[in-house]
Amino acid sequence: MSALGEAVEPRAGGKAEAGDKARPSAASRVAGALSSGLMRVFLLVVGLLWLVPTIGLALSSLREPADISAGGWWQVFTVPSQITFENYAHLLQDETITGSLLSTVAITVPSTLLVVVIGSLAGYAFAWMEFPGRDWWFLGVVGLLVVPVQVALLPVSQLFGRVGIFETTLGVILFHVAFGLPFAIFLLRNFFAEIPRELLEAARLDGAGELRLFLRVVMPLGGPAIASLGIFQFLWVWNDMLVALIFADSKNPPITVALQQQVRHFGDNVSILAPGAFLSMVIPLAVFFAFQRQFVSGVMAGAVK
Amino acid sequence: MASEAQTGTGTRTTRTAPVTGVVRTRKRMAAAFLLPALVLLGALVVYPIGYSLYRSFYDRSGEFTGFGNYVTLFTDDTILTAIRNNAIWVVLAPTVATALGLIFAVLTERIRWGTAFKLLVFMPMAISMLAAGIVFRLVYEQDPDRGALNAVWVGVHDSFAESSAFPKAHPGQESPLKPGGGGSFVTRTTVEAGVPVALPLLGVPKEQMPEEAAPAKPAAEEPGKVTGTAWQDFTLGKGVGERNAPDASESGYPGLTVEAVKGGEVVESTKAAADGTFTLSKKADGAQLRLPASNFREPYNGVDWLGPDRALPFVGVNFVTLSVILAYVWMWAGFAMVLIAAGLAGIPRELLEAARVDGANEWQVFRRVTVPLLAPLLAVVLVTLMINVLKIFDLVFIIAPGDVRDDANVLALQLYNSFVDRDSGVASAIAVLLFLLVVPVMAFNVRRLRREVRR
Repeated sequence: MSALGEAVEPRAGGKAEAGDKARPSAASRVAGALSSGLMRVFLLVVGLLWLVPTIGLALSSLREPADISAGGWWQVFTVPSQITFENYAHLLQDETITGSLLSTVAITVPSTLLVVVIGSLAGYAFAWMEFPGRDWWFLGVVGLLVVPVQVALLPVSQLFGRVGIFETTLGVILFHVAFGLPFAIFLLRNFFAEIPRELLEAARLDGAGELRLFLRVVMPLGGPAIASLGIFQFLWVWNDMLVALIFADSKNPPITVALQQQVRHFGDNVSILAPGAFLSMVIPLAVFFAFQRQFVSGVMAGAVK
Repeated sequence: MASEAQTGTGTRTTRTAPVTGVVRTRKRMAAAFLLPALVLLGALVVYPIGYSLYRSFYDRSGEFTGFGNYVTLFTDDTILTAIRNNAIWVVLAPTVATALGLIFAVLTERIRWGTAFKLLVFMPMAISMLAAGIVFRLVYEQDPDRGALNAVWVGVHDSFAESSAFPKAHPGQESPLKPGGGGSFVTRTTVEAGVPVALPLLGVPKEQMPEEAAPAKPAAEEPGKVTGTAWQDFTLGKGVGERNAPDASESGYPGLTVEAVKGGEVVESTKAAADGTFTLSKKADGAQLRLPASNFREPYNGVDWLGPDRALPFVGVNFVTLSVILAYVWMWAGFAMVLIAAGLAGIPRELLEAARVDGANEWQVFRRVTVPLLAPLLAVVLVTLMINVLKIFDLVFIIAPGDVRDDANVLALQLYNSFVDRDSGVASAIAVLLFLLVVPVMAFNVRRLRREVRR
């Protein structure tokens, strides 16, 4: 309204635009108001488009198999009585599904912790310890950032077979840790390197050894970077399907693999797949919403991964 | 000793022996700190690269074949499809995701609920590709009654091209109607004004009859006009009744199009009422009545989004690949948006203001100032997405139904298939190919960092 009100104000002469440089001309204000209105509508539509697929999944997960095969999820808007938690009740009684969720946790938590610990140790060494060829080793690790996991599937499965940890939880964990390390080391080394030298020197003068320095000075100061890394790794491992498909214990697979087996008969299994997918999304989404900022900074740092 | 002196920095070479001892324990400490990482990286990341390269020169049974597996890569039809699709993926998916990310980042910059919008678009990145795959399997379901996209598509389509109500209707025995070509039916004889016409049809199940259908009525005689009835000449339980005569237990065909045709040209056209009766003017006198094929057309069933058909006639992209790419864009446009938004926030306001003061409109500011300033960032986003897309696996694996998986094939999927198929040679060759494709990026990363590291 106010934009329009100002727009009709008479301006002195046709050269007002050139004379009044700080403020845009009347015409461009009208155009601006119009286009900002259009822009809002456009963004609203896009936002809706982005949301609808997830809503579809959520609503599908709340309908009985018979209703699902009879019509689309939007029917719940006309027949709200279709909504039921039966599918979830069934799923949570299904031991393959509950077992697979536990399996996902059993893989994700150790993978995340190990990456943080091993990555911090190496990151500290690359940032603050003196040893020959340090920078070359670090550049070598940076080079590994973009190695696709696919390269390792066959060789590592044979290696694990020989060691006896193929198709075990330990194998999946080790694989995830190894492929999480380049990013972990890259991120933490850069973050640790920013710690003021005086802080470390002061601790050294107080007689602190490297381990003490690492535990008492560097780790506490590295909090934000470690949080980003932890969240990133957590989501990466939780959401992984390919590595688990090959390396996980097929009798006790994580949720992604367990659900994947049902996709073959998609049409008949929506009442399992939709709630299953939703359950598998709950934790990552909770983590995402709780730690948006850390997640974003992890994504930004990982833009090379 | 000597080697330590050489590798140390300049100041250290002048230090005395005890300090060198400290250096040695420090070296041991450094080794201890690095050992777990280097062992894991060496065994599970570096060694596999070498082994894959070596293994790629041997066939599935372990016989040396030289470049045989690489020849297979570029001659086998299924693998060639994978390579072609991968190329389409690498070009299309990152470009579209980055373009959308740029648009969203710029538009949300000065909107109050911009953060909420960004959160919404960014959210799919937090979920697994499996979950996203299931989400989009639901979206793409073929049946318009179940798949959201086809429901919308058919709705739009049908509001332009009306769907027919009587797809299965046809004349019965001894009918006054005969096939008129192309799915239409015409009267065997010409009609006369004042003599009611009977157009009996069969074959529409009761539950598919339009709701407004009323009991069929014989049309009244009207001098100077052609009248008639089009109806379902059959009742469940009672049968045909009196053949070719409307009967109150039988149902009219509301909305059925009736055309009067003279010498191959339509002179008049009308639609039947709820009770099946219709009226045509004097012009229809002496014409043949035709029930055009549009009455009987099968209902439009939407697009087979996950089918192998070409999406566009000139481009070799099939629907299923395009559909999976769309799901990918849904997941990753948020990534591009967030990175670009961070870059936008770093652009000095004065630069944009200066351009506006110079009389540039918003589009010119965007095109001439914002985009060039963001160019390095856009390149990073594009390259990151390209690497990501190169190894795309889960989405294709989940979204493409089993029977079109070969049409949607990509390298990572083919590698998995070869692996499961125990064709280690081909699997290794694909692994090497994927690795070679990221080597330039690897080199770029290392070179960029080398300057930073040497502080």
